[in-house]
Amino acid sequence: MKYAMLILLTLLLCDGAARALDANGQLEDPALEARYEDITKQLRCLVCQNESIADSNVQLAEDLRRQVREMLLAHQSDAAIFDFMTARYGEFVRFNTPLETKTLWIWGSPFVLLLVGAVIVVRVARARSRMPIDDDSSPPSAEAPPGSASGSR
Amino acid sequence: MWKFLLPIAAFLGLVVLFVFGLNPNRDIRALPSPLIGKPAPAFNLTDVLDPSRSVNNTALQGQVYVFNAWGTWCVACREEQEALLQIAQQRVVPIIGLDFNDDRNKAQRWLKQLGNPYTAVAFDPEERTAIDWGIYGAPETFLVDGKGRIIFKFISPLTLEVWQKEFLPRIEAARRSGA
Repeated sequence: MKYAMLILLTLLLCDGAARALDANGQLEDPALEARYEDITKQLRCLVCQNESIADSNVQLAEDLRRQVREMLLAHQSDAAIFDFMTARYGEFVRFNTPLETKTLWIWGSPFVLLLVGAVIVVRVARARSRMPIDDDSSPPSAEAPPGSASGSR
Repeated sequence: MWKFLLPIAAFLGLVVLFVFGLNPNRDIRALPSPLIGKPAPAFNLTDVLDPSRSVNNTALQGQVYVFNAWGTWCVACREEQEALLQIAQQRVVPIIGLDFNDDRNKAQRWLKQLGNPYTAVAFDPEERTAIDWGIYGAPETFLVDGKGRIIFKFISPLTLEVWQKEFLPRIEAARRSGA
């Protein structure tokens, strides 16, 4: 009886481990599967550098997906998984650049350019507003000969 | 005044950008490794020629060695083999191989046919050690110093020229500094 229980328990445990993945190779837990898909889409496949490891078919992408899956099943955080990847492959492995001091210029440059553009627009607008409004201030007069400058605008 | 200087400055900026960005000699697929200067990731694998023997980096502690990642599926590795054999004959440092994502029989046949430049070859069929070392292709060659730190990484097939220019001076420097 003791042995039967032990065998039953072993079977149950084995079953539990095997069933972390379902028939389609997806993680059984839908929350984990969602995180898995999100993370693998954000990691660059370094062999075909414009593809994510979620999209790529090369062996490295497959092995990195396995790594992500294993870390998720070991209850690791998203940050820990990204850290694992950047420690080995560098920042380039991430499609989404994290906001840090050294990446500040990447995140900040659009705003700097926007500011430069705004300054230019304001200066041009001010310069124009200072110009005399001469064109259409004088209404076309009846005496003007046909084809003269006053009627051309 | 600055109305004239601005276009010139912008032009010079573009020239600098193009010289670096469009340089045909730059391998855009070669990525800088974040592991340079860091301790080499620990590994303990079986020897590709003899599954009962282990290959690990604790046994290599205290000596400068070369760590060369390859596989029988890698065409460029075949190209590299000749240079590796010549480098091995110089007997400067041990060359440790990492055969990853591979089949043991195929790897054994490869070493028999092309010659074996390696002191030992670690067998990594699941690519776990390769991932730890940030390897994303083959061949990739690392240089590890006596303190167990990675001091250099070279991506693409090794040549004698690269060996003389990039590896030998670093090996000497590492030995001189006692590392």
